[in-house]
Amino acid sequence: MPSGATVLQQARRCLIIASKDIRIYYSKGPVVIFGVLFPVFLFLSFTIGRHLEIDFMIPGLIGMVLFFTATAISPIVVPWETQARTLERLMSCPVTIETIILGDILASFAFGLGISLVPIVIGLALGISISSPLVLAAAVILAAFGFAALGNVFSIPPTNLPATVNMIASVVKFPVVFISGIFIPLDELPAWGRAISYVSPLTYFTDIARRCIQGQGYLPVAVDLLALLAFAVLLLAVAVTFHRRTMPRRI
Amino acid sequence: MPYPGSGDRRLRSPRDLGAEMIGDMVCIQVDNLTKRYGKLLAVDHISFKVEQGELFGFLGPNGAGKTTTVRMLTGIIRADEGSASILGHKASSLGAKQMSGVLPEMANAYTDLSGWNNLMLVAQLYGVPTKEARERGAGLLQKMGLEPRKDDLVKGYSKGMKQRLILCMALISDPQILFLDEPTSGLDVQSARLIKGLLQDLNARGKTIFLTTHDMDEANQLCHRVAIINQGRIVAIDAPDKIRLATGGVHSVEISFNGEASMEALAKLSGVNSVKKLGDKYRLYTADPGDLVALVVQFSGLNHLKIVSLNILAPTLEDAFVALTEKERK
Repeated sequence: MPSGATVLQQARRCLIIASKDIRIYYSKGPVVIFGVLFPVFLFLSFTIGRHLEIDFMIPGLIGMVLFFTATAISPIVVPWETQARTLERLMSCPVTIETIILGDILASFAFGLGISLVPIVIGLALGISISSPLVLAAAVILAAFGFAALGNVFSIPPTNLPATVNMIASVVKFPVVFISGIFIPLDELPAWGRAISYVSPLTYFTDIARRCIQGQGYLPVAVDLLALLAFAVLLLAVAVTFHRRTMPRRI
Repeated sequence: MPYPGSGDRRLRSPRDLGAEMIGDMVCIQVDNLTKRYGKLLAVDHISFKVEQGELFGFLGPNGAGKTTTVRMLTGIIRADEGSASILGHKASSLGAKQMSGVLPEMANAYTDLSGWNNLMLVAQLYGVPTKEARERGAGLLQKMGLEPRKDDLVKGYSKGMKQRLILCMALISDPQILFLDEPTSGLDVQSARLIKGLLQDLNARGKTIFLTTHDMDEANQLCHRVAIINQGRIVAIDAPDKIRLATGGVHSVEISFNGEASMEALAKLSGVNSVKKLGDKYRLYTADPGDLVALVVQFSGLNHLKIVSLNILAPTLEDAFVALTEKERK
């Protein structure tokens, strides 16, 4: 069991790794394309010409942007570092694999958090009102962390090609968008569709965003928040457990 | 004092340097260390010790298990069997990593960051206080000739500059032990000399250095002791001179004339075991180089040839290395 001093020391080093990722990876092409441009254009292609209410559109847009941005960096960092031959140098520093993984997740989390403010500000400028800002803020934080951890899970296979990881991520991310109440709210889905939607963490975020902005959600707030917390913890545990096995095989 | 045969007056013999600094304390202790990749036994139950203050060479052909051993010692990969400790700490522990500086084989710095930012990043990861990191970093970059380019992105650095920077990154925490995996491989002469000189200085100041290399001259010039690993097993471990002499290699006389000499005639000289032509030189292998020199001088007079250069060569560490690794292969 590590001592309190060791945990604090590793927490500091985790933030240093996150700050390094922010400096290096935020401006990388795949991050900008898959994290920012893609969700915006995908959303526009489904909403333009459909005369939808702004109160309906903005929760979906926030959910899409948060999901894509928070999963944009964490999948590519480890394969990128493997390819660039910086990973072994990093692993030889006095940091644990858990510290490296958590640092990568935090960088992705911060990216998701920052960019998700854009649709919220746009929504406010267009006249939406947020009934429970603190609940929405808690949901954004939990969801961004969970999505960032999900992104990190995509990079578990020990490949050194970011494109391969992005392909794996896309195979999961696109179906998730369609089953998560972004384009069709949960209460309008058939029972079997709703059953499938419960396996997606994005479902719970979209539901809470609709409750805070549209004034109507399908699940109780506590259920949404607990589900987001459970997904965040589970995905972090999966990422750490499997990276501990696969990271040494990348070298 | 130049090390005999080095031809480089700036490099000093490891026997002259730091030998008095080698203490009784064990710095690296390896017992039965083993690593398998599927059916391949990459490292096969190796055991050795490195004393504190020692410059220890780890030699072997490609695929012999050198890098796998270094990776187990630096905590990058886990051993399947056996154990290793660094100054009393388990090799993969944070305590061991904190005391070690590592230059991995084929490693790179972050090319999207400047040399200075790479250095400060590693300093932060080792918990070096900012003021100390800045002072030490500036000194290291100055010593390695990188100071004028410290704010440039590493993507614009040459291979030699990158390698010098990575060595600076390994040294920024002022570690007690350095693990260097082929630090001069593929570098230009200037960069290689700079690195070798720095290693000697560091060792003279008491740092323990574990050096993996292909370069026998480098090992011979720098190391107090070397281990030769082949097919995952250590086949020899001793001072370079002792290994050289123990394998009983033959001497040779290397000579060049102002014209062509007959290989057959040279081979017929008394005491010559074999002859090789290397560029404009002839190398005559013999057990008795003193007598052969007299015969070669006589040969040149009889054949109206002028001797341009003549050297007596003792068996090298490379000869010992080849003999030991070939013996294992058979």
